[in-house]
Amino acid sequence: MLKQIEGSRAIAETVALCRPEVICAYPITPQTHIVEALGEMVRTGELAPCAFMNVDSEFSALSVAVGASVAGARAYTATASQGLLYMAEVVYNAAGLGLPIVMTLANRAIGAPINIWNDHSDAMALRDAGWIQLFAADNQEAVDLHVQAFRIAETLSLPVMVCVDGFVLTHAVERVDLPSQAEVDAFLPAFKPVQVLDPDAPMTIGALVGPEAFTEVRYLAHRKLSSALELVPQLAAEFQERFGRGSGGLVHGYRLGDAEIVLVALGSVNGTIQDVVDAWRAAGRRVGALGICTFRPFPADAVRTALESARQVLVIDRNLAPSSGGVLATDVRAALPDQNQQVRAVIAGLGGRAITRPVLERLLEQATRGAVEPLHFLDLDRRLADGGLERIS
Amino acid sequence: MSDLENGAARVRFYQTGTFTVGNRLIDPALRTVQAAPDRPNALTSGHRACQGCGQALGARYVLDAAMRATGGRLVTVNATGCLEVFTTASPESAWQVPWMHSVFGNAAPVAAGVAAALAVKGKQDIRVLAQGGDGGTADIGFGPLSGMFERNDDVLYVCYDNQGYMNTGVQRSSATPPTARTATTPALGAEPGNTFGQGKNLPALAMAHGIPYVATASVADLHDLEAKILRAIPMRGARYVHVDVPCPLGWGHAGDETIQVARLAVESGLFPLFEWQAGAITGRTQIRRRVPVDACLRLQRRFAHLFDGSEASRARLARLQGIADANIERFGLAAEETRS
Amino acid sequence: MTTTRPFAIRIHGRGGQGVVTAAELLSVAAYHGGRYAQAFPSFGSERTGAPVVAFCRIDDRPIRSHEPITAPDVVMVQDPTLLHALNVFEGLLPNGFALVNSQRGPQALGLAPMLARLPGITLRTVPATEIARRHLGRPLPNTAMLGALAALTGATALAPLLDAIRDRFSGSVGEANAAAAAEAFAWMGSDTNRPASTVEATC
Repeated sequence: MLKQIEGSRAIAETVALCRPEVICAYPITPQTHIVEALGEMVRTGELAPCAFMNVDSEFSALSVAVGASVAGARAYTATASQGLLYMAEVVYNAAGLGLPIVMTLANRAIGAPINIWNDHSDAMALRDAGWIQLFAADNQEAVDLHVQAFRIAETLSLPVMVCVDGFVLTHAVERVDLPSQAEVDAFLPAFKPVQVLDPDAPMTIGALVGPEAFTEVRYLAHRKLSSALELVPQLAAEFQERFGRGSGGLVHGYRLGDAEIVLVALGSVNGTIQDVVDAWRAAGRRVGALGICTFRPFPADAVRTALESARQVLVIDRNLAPSSGGVLATDVRAALPDQNQQVRAVIAGLGGRAITRPVLERLLEQATRGAVEPLHFLDLDRRLADGGLERIS
Repeated sequence: MSDLENGAARVRFYQTGTFTVGNRLIDPALRTVQAAPDRPNALTSGHRACQGCGQALGARYVLDAAMRATGGRLVTVNATGCLEVFTTASPESAWQVPWMHSVFGNAAPVAAGVAAALAVKGKQDIRVLAQGGDGGTADIGFGPLSGMFERNDDVLYVCYDNQGYMNTGVQRSSATPPTARTATTPALGAEPGNTFGQGKNLPALAMAHGIPYVATASVADLHDLEAKILRAIPMRGARYVHVDVPCPLGWGHAGDETIQVARLAVESGLFPLFEWQAGAITGRTQIRRRVPVDACLRLQRRFAHLFDGSEASRARLARLQGIADANIERFGLAAEETRS
Repeated sequence: MTTTRPFAIRIHGRGGQGVVTAAELLSVAAYHGGRYAQAFPSFGSERTGAPVVAFCRIDDRPIRSHEPITAPDVVMVQDPTLLHALNVFEGLLPNGFALVNSQRGPQALGLAPMLARLPGITLRTVPATEIARRHLGRPLPNTAMLGALAALTGATALAPLLDAIRDRFSGSVGEANAAAAAEAFAWMGSDTNRPASTVEATC
């Protein structure tokens, strides 16, 4: 059903359609609207049976989800930024235990300095925790990814993090096609846990593993997470068949045919990028775009194939690994063994700095002149930065 | 139990020239769970606890009593710690109940999540037991535990208090008593051992949350421990039992002195035994043979520096005696005949 | 209104005046009118009385970009005390609209020097707070402002705006808000009012 609706509300209504049985929440901007809406739906009985638990911290929020999942319930939570870091120990644990929890991450910067606005530092900090990480380009995809996330999680018995740009998407009111309960039910069967605390079949879950087997356990975790590279596109195809729209999958190529300069990005900036690509294509320039939807597991093959024609790859990294560069660019570079393909890490959009069309066009102009450095800070206020450099040198 | 009953029926007793059997066996219903040959052995033998481990003993009694109280409909969640490590060295497990371990500080919220899931699924006949040591309970897991109390989640939380981080090599926790030597509070300097702080009284903190049931127990009185678990299990909501479990490794007593040390802690007033329900103390173990704290502390090498004969050590011992006396006063533990 | 880019509206007000709601209502009205729309707040701490900004884009085709609006076609100011506190008209496009909540006429606002730098701007005022007081009993100007905005710019027709208002507020509250919007729409559209309070081009 078409609705003009806030992103958070749309996500909440969709999560409710997925029939979660335990939802736990600890408030952090900009995740709050999602869990507020779900809490309301549980109170009114619109979402039932479901327990909505207000807890003392994000650490407890994900712990409650772990307990609920291990008791056989479909569990959901949402967080952002510092909240994800505060639950980090349990983030790893949930993946290690293979619990199919779905969590929305309303992407936000990490302090200090404290900053409530959007970037991808939070998701990047936990990228190697063993979760599947999906990034939504708009609120329609955010909605659709949540439906797919529960199915992916429960098929593989792995947790899934759906990354949604904080404020930019969570607080944006847009036209979204919300699925019906019947459609979701047909796509997402009831949760059948592979491990469950059951007095009739006692099981020890979370035992100590020593050096003699730990490597093997980790290897199996690697293989299991990697297997999502097959499942995710399969389910995206099935989703398209059932729901009539393309969402999810590994990557979204846009006007890549013969593209020499390609912009690669995660999340909501892809819309602006596509507008820019259209304008440049209209002017006869050979540019294209590649949106990465599945960031973990990293779809190296799909990225390599999509970027075949590219001579220059500009990776928009909404994060910064100080002294190293951009996390996404590092992965893209590793996926492109061809030395003739230049990969540029473009650090952009940190802490809510808007990545605007004029800024992107300037970047493309620089790229056509070959003037983008390997590590490029987009839209850097030179006066401010140089003033700071003077003080610290 | 049936074996014993059947056996008792089959075996004829002959003593001092008569077949008369005395009446010394208590009613089967009142016997300890561990007295029954068909006890659940929820925490079975073959685990890797140290000799004389108070926690292994306490946990076995807690688990089997809980199994009896629930008719076997029990699931358990464990914090990281000695109990977790010595029972579940993969591929072996000493647990014959459904058992799970997540991380150090989250036994309470994981158990709360389990309870919430069971409630949603209409499986409220299955009861949830959470277990942790004093580090996982009083320190790293305290915030989440407080949340579990405050929400009154349907979980019985049992803290096995061995007064320090024993699993990692005997470091100080907020439950370590003043003056006790640990790896991070060495018996050195002007204030040897753990310093005198304000203490962190977990049972009192539990009571401050107004949860339905709070009790302390000791491996010195296992029957009492079982009785408290049997009472706590059928209740709904958040319940808390705090068990004193001496640790030979960390406390520096002999493995065969665990029960003795625990008993002296009770008899000196250092570890008061009581039960609290609906806002009031409903039971207390009165001290019939009151002993000075020296009697308890002298057996533990972690307090050895208190007995160097110095004036300063005597003053510290007096402060510890003051703590014990205050406990006895607060909970009214002085039995009639010992009251002055 | 151009078809090559979305029609962009920026709304200024203070926390508690329904600024974010106004942007959302406008987007829902556009949606009801069969168009694509996107509304979003300026993202920050939510404090009553603090300056708040919200945005709305309207287009005939799907809106892909999520960048902020820096060059609006319309600036709507719900609280006239902001006029001299910050540059509310920053980036306003040539031939754009400025709509200010005030009982006074545009000339009385003291904006002439600033408007001199903005060619072709149509500045109008509407007594939205007074209209709101009459209908709602409270000085919540947002729905009245939207009614005036609809009449002034054609960003939405009145009927879908009233639908959006009634969607958002149920019962008598919805009706009162719809009445406020309708009155402001009529007020802005009336011939008797228009010439007197319009500042054309370079004033």
